[in-house]
Amino acid sequence: MSELPAAARQALASFSAASGWEARARLLMQWGDRLQPLEPALQTEANRVQGCESRVWLIAERHQQGWHFRAYSDARLLRGLLAVLLARVDGEDPTRIAQLDLADWFAQLGLSRQLSPSRSNGLNAVLARIGEMVQG
Amino acid sequence: MPLISPWRGDFPGILALQREGQIYLDSAATAQKPQVMLDALLGYYAGGAANVHRARHLAAERATVAFEASRAAVARWLNAQSPAQILFTSNATEAFNLVAYGLEHEFQAGDEIAISALEHHANLLPWQQLCQRRGLRLVVLPLDEQGKVDLPAAATLIGPRTRLLAVSQLSNVLGTWQPLTELIALARAQGALTLVDGAQGIVHGRHDPTALGCDFYVFSGHKLYGPDGVGVLHARSEALARLRHWQFGGEMVRVAHYHSAEFHPAPLGFEAGTPAIGPVIALGASLAYLESLDPAACLAHEQALHAHLLTGLRARDGVRLLGAPEAALASFVVDDVHPADLAQLLGDQGVAVRGGSHCAMPLYERIGLPGSVRVSLALYNDGGDLAQFFQALDQALELLR
Ligand SMILES: Cc1ncc(COP(=O)(O)O)c(C=O)c1O
Repeated sequence: MSELPAAARQALASFSAASGWEARARLLMQWGDRLQPLEPALQTEANRVQGCESRVWLIAERHQQGWHFRAYSDARLLRGLLAVLLARVDGEDPTRIAQLDLADWFAQLGLSRQLSPSRSNGLNAVLARIGEMVQG
Repeated sequence: MPLISPWRGDFPGILALQREGQIYLDSAATAQKPQVMLDALLGYYAGGAANVHRARHLAAERATVAFEASRAAVARWLNAQSPAQILFTSNATEAFNLVAYGLEHEFQAGDEIAISALEHHANLLPWQQLCQRRGLRLVVLPLDEQGKVDLPAAATLIGPRTRLLAVSQLSNVLGTWQPLTELIALARAQGALTLVDGAQGIVHGRHDPTALGCDFYVFSGHKLYGPDGVGVLHARSEALARLRHWQFGGEMVRVAHYHSAEFHPAPLGFEAGTPAIGPVIALGASLAYLESLDPAACLAHEQALHAHLLTGLRARDGVRLLGAPEAALASFVVDDVHPADLAQLLGDQGVAVRGGSHCAMPLYERIGLPGSVRVSLALYNDGGDLAQFFQALDQALELLR
């Protein structure tokens, strides 16, 4: 627990206190609103995550001290999911990020239903894309 | 007047979902099944399964008789002249592909296939790919404001090069009945073949492809309160004779040698391999169930539900309907709300609706929307379902705006 990035600890604290779909949706929207929009020049096909019903862009840069991710979507709730995802992975140590169990992260937040295969929100596609990026 | 469905109790699936707190408003994707269909499916397997059209033993004879009785039931449902006009496929999608491959030899480079702008991918991609294989031109008939094929435009686009017209009867996105009589007349005047995608239309009212004058009529059993695994292709006899065999193997072959073979004519010649025996038999039971209902009562119930749905949607600020839905369903968007967000919050509240582009991506591209939310209705829905949907909608919108 103590190894979690500060933003992740904050996400965990607020989501585990939320009960019910309404509280969770409110939180997701709050988190999503904090996500910095991607400038249009970065909203390219190459940065687009395929397999999402809504449009999602994901950018990853590897720095010395860790990975830096940016992501955005035109759907608000998905933006919130991206925000709590980035809270967990952004700045993560390059040697450890490939081992992260991101499905477990969403389960800890009480958001595992968002990962069910029939959900067309695209979160699964985003996780798969992150997996490829950090392997490659 | 409260909107009560006298048939709701016949559908264990809708009751089970209700006990789980789920409101099912996604019947255009697939319908719940009547108990009699479940009984028929179980009855066939529990009574002793056997393959059809092959062996002489009792179980095989029983299965074959029941299988062919279903074909006759489908023929009756469509008012076909003969059960031989009914081909079973695995779903509607396979039926479109059957026709696309079966007719491929009739097309020459430069020929045209006309579809409408609202086709489901299933009635678009087989033609698009056929066009690519054969150097044909795919002509897309535009829609009017209501969401129907624009007839004056169609009259100029359907021409001497048109060899096939393939259009939906009832749009799975817009809920609009298409002007089939006029479109089929335009195509026939040019000597073109015609195919109707009845996947949604078949579920609402009784339809007679022969009277419509189309060469091919396609639907899926699972939307018509039947099981999945069965699609139907109804063909006019003359059109049937123009299809070439497309899948090869057992059941469809009459005489096989190592280096040549002869095949059965339709229908068996187009049902290669072991068919979905249990589901075909069960589809017969669904049709028997539907035949036992009062068609006027069904229609009145569906119309009342649909009117209630439209009134409620129109009464809400910022809600915009796609086209002018006439039956079965309505798709809508809400100003400043992403349809994916709305669909998610409805789902979170136990309301089963569809969000997204409903297997019609080019249509959304054309109307410039990222998707929509679709509510679709069936016999078993009632006023209570709609009341819960509207309550969930209001809650979701309050949160999102
Ligand atoms: C209008 C229309 N055509 C074709 C299909 C394809 O049906 P199936 O997936 O059963 O092949 C559907 C089902 O979604 C549909 O709504």
